[in-house]
Amino acid sequence: MTAPDGRSAEGRGELNRSRLHHYAPWVFVLVLALLPLAFPDPYMLAVLTSAGIFIIGAISLNLLLGYTGQLSLGHVAFFGLGAYTSALASLGFDIGIGFGLRITLQPQPVWLGFIAAIIVAGGFGWLLGRLAFRVRGAYFVIITICFAQVLRMVALNWIELTQGPMALISIPPFSMWLPGQGVVPLYSKAQNYWLVLAVAVLAFIVVRQLVESRIGRALVALRANESLARSVGIRVTHYLVIAAVISAGIAGAAGSLFAHYIRIIDPDVFLFIYTVTMVIMVITGGKGTLWGPVVGGLIFGLVPDLLRGHARPEAQWVLYGVAMILFVMFLPRGIVPALASLRRRA
Amino acid sequence: MDQALQHLVNGTVLGGTYALLGIGLTLIFGVMRVVNFTHGELYAFGAYMTYAFVSLLGVNFFAALALATLCGVALGAALELVLLRRMRKADIDSVMLVMIGASLVLQNGEMWAWGGVAKLVPNPFNGSPLVIGPVSVLPLRLFVLAVSAALLLGFWLMLDRTRAGVAMRATFQDPETAALMGVRIGWVNTATFAIGSGLAAAAGALLGPVFMVSPTMGDLVGLKAFAIVILGGLGSLPGATLGGFALGFVEEYAGGYLSTEYRDAFGFLLIILVLALKPQGLVPAKERIG
Amino acid sequence: MSDLLRVEGLAVHIGGLVAIADASFVVPAGQVVSLIGPNGAGKTTAFNVITGYMRPTKGRILFDGADITGLAPDRIAERGIVRSFQRTSVFTGCTVLENALMALHRRGGAGLLGALFRLPSARREEARLRAEAWAMLEFTGLAERADTLAEVLAYGEQRRLGIALAAIASPRLLLLDEPAAGLNPSETAACMALIRQLRDRGATILLVEHDMPMVMQMSDTIVVLNQGRIIAAGAPAEIRANPEVIRAYLGSGDWQEAAHAAA
Repeated sequence: MTAPDGRSAEGRGELNRSRLHHYAPWVFVLVLALLPLAFPDPYMLAVLTSAGIFIIGAISLNLLLGYTGQLSLGHVAFFGLGAYTSALASLGFDIGIGFGLRITLQPQPVWLGFIAAIIVAGGFGWLLGRLAFRVRGAYFVIITICFAQVLRMVALNWIELTQGPMALISIPPFSMWLPGQGVVPLYSKAQNYWLVLAVAVLAFIVVRQLVESRIGRALVALRANESLARSVGIRVTHYLVIAAVISAGIAGAAGSLFAHYIRIIDPDVFLFIYTVTMVIMVITGGKGTLWGPVVGGLIFGLVPDLLRGHARPEAQWVLYGVAMILFVMFLPRGIVPALASLRRRA
Repeated sequence: MDQALQHLVNGTVLGGTYALLGIGLTLIFGVMRVVNFTHGELYAFGAYMTYAFVSLLGVNFFAALALATLCGVALGAALELVLLRRMRKADIDSVMLVMIGASLVLQNGEMWAWGGVAKLVPNPFNGSPLVIGPVSVLPLRLFVLAVSAALLLGFWLMLDRTRAGVAMRATFQDPETAALMGVRIGWVNTATFAIGSGLAAAAGALLGPVFMVSPTMGDLVGLKAFAIVILGGLGSLPGATLGGFALGFVEEYAGGYLSTEYRDAFGFLLIILVLALKPQGLVPAKERIG
Repeated sequence: MSDLLRVEGLAVHIGGLVAIADASFVVPAGQVVSLIGPNGAGKTTAFNVITGYMRPTKGRILFDGADITGLAPDRIAERGIVRSFQRTSVFTGCTVLENALMALHRRGGAGLLGALFRLPSARREEARLRAEAWAMLEFTGLAERADTLAEVLAYGEQRRLGIALAAIASPRLLLLDEPAAGLNPSETAACMALIRQLRDRGATILLVEHDMPMVMQMSDTIVVLNQGRIIAAGAPAEIRANPEVIRAYLGSGDWQEAAHAAA
């Protein structure tokens, strides 16, 4: 049943689940998975892989920005934390922590670094959530931005650990157990592409399970009407912190993938501009919808490469800025809800 | 002790320009409820305009400062008329996003126009520092301090004595009542954003010759402006003035005595601490229930 | 009969103004208690303090013997005090059914693992919550509107949904802030029927209401607040005959209400 004005389940396609709705996502994933076999073009795969990493970031940001309605503008902090954690775990380190004490870590397998990245980023998500959700609106936004800035300064200046601006280099590629081959490093473009695709699908499923549960309902309730939500016993901080931890953990996973794919990490992974990129993906696609970050991520993950060779690099960012302004002003709910209502009207 | 005095002088010079930045930002927030992410870009814009007038057009240095500030005023007015005027009814998050979009456009537009290489702005002050007792200070920095002080004073007089200032203060306190009393909110907003932007551009024009001019110079400064404003309480003009000097001193002393590398980080840590530990003190209870 | 809620020596000052000077009253379990008084008497303030949305300057609030003064609203709700709001308050952007499910939050307990892995226990709970939500919508007469966005509902239906949301949370004490405000006579009658049904299901109710006939018919006890002080408390018949109450209403110029109250 649809509301009189036809907006009832808009942006929440999961409610109106027809058979097509059920299988279309899996067909989409299957097509993406078969892509490297049909078109083994390394350039295209490279573009899709880095787009995929940012889509994972956007999926995680959407949990905070879209479902809880908290404009977290320090999201890149978790991405960067994940990247550095994973890279450092796989490279090993030996640092002094004062009083003549040293912490030494031998190089660890990459998958351990990946898990460490999720845990460390999630832990910082918990910390930031505990601190920052006591304030809202402009204050929250500014705290989150400052958080990412402080981490960038640490990455720049704690040279013993991070090499500072000289960057962490020679980060090993992701390695994993493959049937019949044992544990092998993933050097080929197609293998990395599949890895990112698999993690993206996992991240999507985690977010979907969460938002379609009692916890997700609590998050949406808090966004829709916080006073009312509290009056029926929904604990604000508790649920916002859960969302922050999961969101940060997924962003950390994306950061880890980034580190082992690019294989060089410098403090610029903490730049505000990367948060903005993820925000644009979520806003244009449709915040608070499951597919929004995927659609927005595909568009803005591919645009830079379409522009390459035709325009100066600044043009890309000017375009992003203009897109952000136009979408917020004229299509604030994003592409996915707009398409959904178009289809319903047709 | 001598070094402490030296830091005091440096902190004051830095604090004066920070206060200019902070006042502009807090005025815009107080009157318009806009968290202005373009503030840092206006600062960079002021610096570039000074460079353009002095180095490319051969304009007199002092005239170039004034012209650059006016360019900032004009750009601010344009931003308000083109973007913010259409968003008067939008929620604060949407306005923030639009301003982030605008700052992306401005910053990369600057990069496009001027290239990524930092520029030096020639100035008429000779390089040898004035030495007064244990303290030495470059004449250019003294000039910057004097102009900042004059601008701050002029701004306060404008708020206190002129019709526009009264209208702004009225809107600052209560937009609805101000509108009922016949204040034209639209124009107050335009004037506010233009003046706030002009102050940011002036700060950039003044500091451009002290440091270097580069397209990303606005990044950090924009965030620092937030730090200043939050230290003083978002929307408080005296607070922003004090906050500006406070951040100047914190950076000078912490940078001097604790760690040069983390100099820029102290401001941000301070914001996180202030907001996380004492949000009640800073956030007025605006929520109305029932 | 035990007192479910005790308000002791409550004082609330808001920015130099005295909203409540000194108020003490009790809500016995199982009763409908109405808090009445002229506009500005401090009724909504009392609600906000009891439910944790405002902090009292002085005084204590005891719920079932435990001190709940100054707890956060969500914590107070967890203990079983749920309120409705004077202004229409629903979860916008969500359907009526989703609204109901959100209000049922406290009736579920599924956590993170249950959600992520769709554990059988979580699935069973979800099915149970949906059944409860439907039952509550049937009960409140909103079942036909289950798939409608809450903000699209007619005004009277929105008010009813607001009460339903508070009731759905199955509180031990239900605070209703002017549930009949702005309703036409037939809607008011429906609203009263709903409140009566809620009471019959075992809820204790504290009501703030301007509609005097409704207050007189519904209440076991009436507490009269004027200028931040309690001037009378007792059964409807006593209150109706209390000269001080009539004077308070006359003084405030609420002629109609006074006439109703005296009738």
